Amino acid sequence: MSLPDGVQRRSFEGQESLATRGPQVSGEPVVEGWRRWDPDRSKVGAMVEQGLEHGLAGGERVLYLGAASGTTVSHIADFAGPTYAVEFAPRPTRDLIEVAADRERLFPLLKDARKPETYAHVVEPVEVLVQDVATRGQADVALANRRFLESDGRLLLAVKARSEDVTADPEAVFEEVCETLSSGYEILDRGRLEPYHDDHLGVIATPRQ
Amino acid sequence: MSTDTDSGPIYGGNVYTPTMTTDRGWFEGVDPDTLDARDAIEGETAESPAAWPDRAIESGFATDEADYYDKLRAATLATAREAVAERERADDQQLVHAVRAMDDCERTANELAERVAEWGGSRIGESGGGVPFAREVAAREPDGDLDEQLSALAEQVIDLDERATELRASIERFTPEVAPNLSSMAGPVLAARLIALSGGLKQLARSTSGTVQVLGAEDALFAHLQGNAPSPKHGVIYTHEYVRGTDPEHRGSAARALAGKLTLGARVDYYSGERRPELEAELDDRIETIRARGDDE
Repeated sequence: MSLPDGVQRRSFEGQESLATRGPQVSGEPVVEGWRRWDPDRSKVGAMVEQGLEHGLAGGERVLYLGAASGTTVSHIADFAGPTYAVEFAPRPTRDLIEVAADRERLFPLLKDARKPETYAHVVEPVEVLVQDVATRGQADVALANRRFLESDGRLLLAVKARSEDVTADPEAVFEEVCETLSSGYEILDRGRLEPYHDDHLGVIATPRQ
Repeated sequence: MSTDTDSGPIYGGNVYTPTMTTDRGWFEGVDPDTLDARDAIEGETAESPAAWPDRAIESGFATDEADYYDKLRAATLATAREAVAERERADDQQLVHAVRAMDDCERTANELAERVAEWGGSRIGESGGGVPFAREVAAREPDGDLDEQLSALAEQVIDLDERATELRASIERFTPEVAPNLSSMAGPVLAARLIALSGGLKQLARSTSGTVQVLGAEDALFAHLQGNAPSPKHGVIYTHEYVRGTDPEHRGSAARALAGKLTLGARVDYYSGERRPELEAELDDRIETIRARGDDE
């Protein structure tokens, strides 16, 4: 899978890494205007590193669920088009606001991703839906937010096994999540995110017609 | 009997506005010059997304796409800033007030109950104590002026006791929202107490585990620091089953383990807000190990 426009592999102190161009966020290395995109700190970064069929070309409209303090969404906004960032907890949203304030087309929303009707009057249909929410029922959240995705759009979903069931075998959790997800999505690719993120699965999917 | 049902449509006027999804964009009704949009962004809903930029341009809210996104940016940034500031200001400090008020009510109820017990004992002959005795006193038919005073005092005890119970119920509902991880491990009331003793969730998140372990035992700690006493093993966390229910020999270890996890929980709650059930599982394991230790240690 090739890299989206606006994402490059650059060398940081002799080490090659993904990078995007944009205002620095939290002390990440910057070389010639390119900021290091650390897959250890970003599940989407890890999906790209793992070669999943992410389908990102650059310039897309994006809805990002579970933006947290904005580390990943800052990189996505660097290469994507208008980006809507949903986060539920006030604390990380404070950092997210700082990230958004430095960017022209990143819109922070203090909303609950389990209640899409509370932001459907703000968010337009998008080509890419990214989801990284650490709550139970991650597949249900993706299904509820399918309404935002254009018919040929892509879902990039990071599944955290422990959010579903701390004690269960992660593979069993992933099977169950994917099965639930299949009621509304066709899964195009999936892969574990180790060594960047333990017990996480990356899923690429498109809405079932 | 109600005339409301006969008096025409219940929708409309200022009587009752039904909440329904309107599928109107956030910008409809917002002044494009002031962009005072917080109510619209936070309060309104829609069932489905729509091509809001096009709709906004058609309706004259924005001149073109770039102008729409500029306005959306200003409105969402301002809304998120205000909402975050408000929620942060509100939450943990409200909890601090609630837990202090609950303690005041309990303490005052107990003090007054003692007075009622002493006074009531001298008049009724039988004696008792605490809130149950105050209930007995209040239930009696008062006999004379002083007896009425005594009954009224007993009723105050009951009211204060009920207020404390209701405050506790509110704290139990509210703490998991403010500090979900801390609350699930400590229980909501102890979690609220730790936040109150530190002065706020931020202060608690910045405390060391050793400080959290002895929060509420400041007197004993200062006595120890002056060289007059052994170091306290636990403060208010003593009320937790994992400390109180561990045999005295291993109680110090249990208190240390509990304080360590509670500190982590407070940090996750303050800095990320994400739920981390594994913290609780790790704590359970750790306590089990401590309790299973033999006497050889």
